[in-house]
Amino acid sequence: MPWQRETFKKIKQIPREEYLLPGTSLCAGCGGLEALRLATKVLGGNVVYVNAAGCFTLLAVYPFTPFHGSWLYTTMGSAPAGAQGIRDALDVLLAKQRLPKEEDLKVVVLAGDGSTYDMALSATSAAIYRNLDFYYFCYDNEAYGNTGVQLSSATPYGARTSTSPCSLQHPAGSVREKKDLFEIWRAHKPPYIATISPRHPLDLAEKFAKAGKFTGPKLFLALSACPTGWGYDPAQTTEVARLAVETGLWPLKEAINGQVVHTYVPKRRPVEEYLRLQGRFHHLFEPTRQEEAIRHIQGRVTAYWEQEVAGSRNEASH
Amino acid sequence: MAIHEMMTGNLAAAWGARLADVDYVPAFPITPQTEIVEALADWCDNGELAARFVTLDSEHSMMTAAGAAAATGARVFTATSSQGLLYACEVLYTIAGWRVPLVLVNVSRALAAPITLEPDHNDVLSARDSGFLQIHAETCQEVLDSILMAYRIAEDERVCLPVIVNMDGFYLSFTREPVIKPAQEQVRTFLPPYRPAHLGFKASAPQALGVAVLGGAPYSHFRHQMHLAASNALEVHQEAAADFARLWGRRYDLVEGYRLEDAEDVLVMSNAFATKGKAGVDEARTRGRRVGLLRLRVIRPWPAASVARALRGRRSVAVLDQNLAPGSGGILFQEVAATLYHEPGRPRALCSFVGGLGGKDITVAEFEAIFSQTQAAGERGQGIGPVLLYTDRERREMEGLLTIAGNKQ
Repeated sequence: MPWQRETFKKIKQIPREEYLLPGTSLCAGCGGLEALRLATKVLGGNVVYVNAAGCFTLLAVYPFTPFHGSWLYTTMGSAPAGAQGIRDALDVLLAKQRLPKEEDLKVVVLAGDGSTYDMALSATSAAIYRNLDFYYFCYDNEAYGNTGVQLSSATPYGARTSTSPCSLQHPAGSVREKKDLFEIWRAHKPPYIATISPRHPLDLAEKFAKAGKFTGPKLFLALSACPTGWGYDPAQTTEVARLAVETGLWPLKEAINGQVVHTYVPKRRPVEEYLRLQGRFHHLFEPTRQEEAIRHIQGRVTAYWEQEVAGSRNEASH
Repeated sequence: MAIHEMMTGNLAAAWGARLADVDYVPAFPITPQTEIVEALADWCDNGELAARFVTLDSEHSMMTAAGAAAATGARVFTATSSQGLLYACEVLYTIAGWRVPLVLVNVSRALAAPITLEPDHNDVLSARDSGFLQIHAETCQEVLDSILMAYRIAEDERVCLPVIVNMDGFYLSFTREPVIKPAQEQVRTFLPPYRPAHLGFKASAPQALGVAVLGGAPYSHFRHQMHLAASNALEVHQEAAADFARLWGRRYDLVEGYRLEDAEDVLVMSNAFATKGKAGVDEARTRGRRVGLLRLRVIRPWPAASVARALRGRRSVAVLDQNLAPGSGGILFQEVAATLYHEPGRPRALCSFVGGLGGKDITVAEFEAIFSQTQAAGERGQGIGPVLLYTDRERREMEGLLTIAGNKQ
């Protein structure tokens, strides 16, 4: 059976209500913020967001918050443990009838890739292990963005960051491969994991609706096109986000109890089209074209899809 | 007639949490704290305590879960020790800033490196400026009683800050002493159910907690609020102590004086080794020395007025720090010295001794050395220190170890 959307077939079906209001201090064209805005439309207003240090920490700046729901800033390394404390306390208070049922909240961790891929990996692993009933929303802009775009373990091969400069010694920028967090999460066998993109709102909304049916960890990786960190005009966020998916670099998929399904199969445009738009890859093309590095990136993408297509019949039809 | 039961400091701590009727216990094991969380795990499991017990992946996560649950409206208890407290250090500051009134028991254990198991107070004093209040207990009974008082103080709306109750590893944690358990019904009158007006996440009343501030002015405001709240705890502690004494007959002050009435020279100590200090005072008095002991019980807020009152007019004061700030000396010595600076009747000499590091014993002979050096300093009008307490025998044994390790003497 190909993957099909059941709840969100047309863009008009996405709720018009806004639960994340504009006017925040985030950068213009933030892909992560758009992904979160779409997610909140499905999550609704009865939510407590548990935040880790990162760009989104600047969403709630005293005395303002853009959310309809509640907010708790924790630390960079322990937002999932904060979610544990809140969920447990809500359960205890509900059980002891100190809190009416209608006051219950969804608990959503909100963290960037620096926290998610690096510092909070242990806390996340433990939360999944305990089968904590929570959502995890990672806005992955592939670097420590809020501190000035330094290398994180989500930074892809070939990207220049402020701690992986391109130089004579390292002409390609970072030569480390992006950590495959989807697979690390999947090894824990949580009920629901998905990758999402703000450029695919129906896919995104459908996944949050689907995740809501499961009790336990529901984890999302949102590739968050980042004009500030990636070096492109904020108006191009949708195009950069679109090409990340269309080149096959960011596969849209989900895993239910560990079973992976690709929710969109791109025609796979050359990765070069995606790379060329961004300042962080500029050195791969100017002043001389680094053919080997570009071929390496294309090769990884091609190998991924050949393996996935060969290994699975569960592809979406679009 | 109250019944004494023999119990360890750890079990007394667990009983403190149980009698406080806590809702939530996030836990992570570390020697010498483990017996506390083991007892609570057992009681939560068999229903004797209506609380949820959850094991976390680190003390950092444990303290985050503890703070978040308290922010949601649950009464929370947890415990750690030594490296665990340091691992949680970031979170201590964070959740104190959330103004959540939970109680954390720290079982003191000296810090690595070199790694060791027995107590000193560098661990708990590393949290000195975190915003947690600190009560340091001398006996197993005081551990239990202080936990009940800690909830009462923490949850008072003039305070709204978390509290650390400290006990020494091994000397209290694993030592059985006679302890009286207050009756549960009486505890309820002393400590009403936790129903915070200012905290709680719920659908009908969203709130944002721990939010960022831009600029130093709002930051200074909130930090100053914490300072004022912590200072309020001096008064709130005394009210709680009075109620406690009325109910159970045991009176706890911010500081405890021992044979101070006519003392010329005073030794300042804290925690379980103060019992050794009191024995040292008794011994010195049989030799004709007019000495006494001041035990620091509440370390945060710093009870400056009580310390000044107890020490003004003395000839000489010695502070025995069971901690060491390398490059400076004893930590509490600095605080006592700062307190006495403006006292017109301040002692003629202040002496700083550092002892009991890593649980090293302090013998009666060492106390005698302290008293004689402190007296001489007072007569001279000039303090000494920091002086490390170390006996000849210990030095010889250490030289033996160094030789085995290949160090030439």
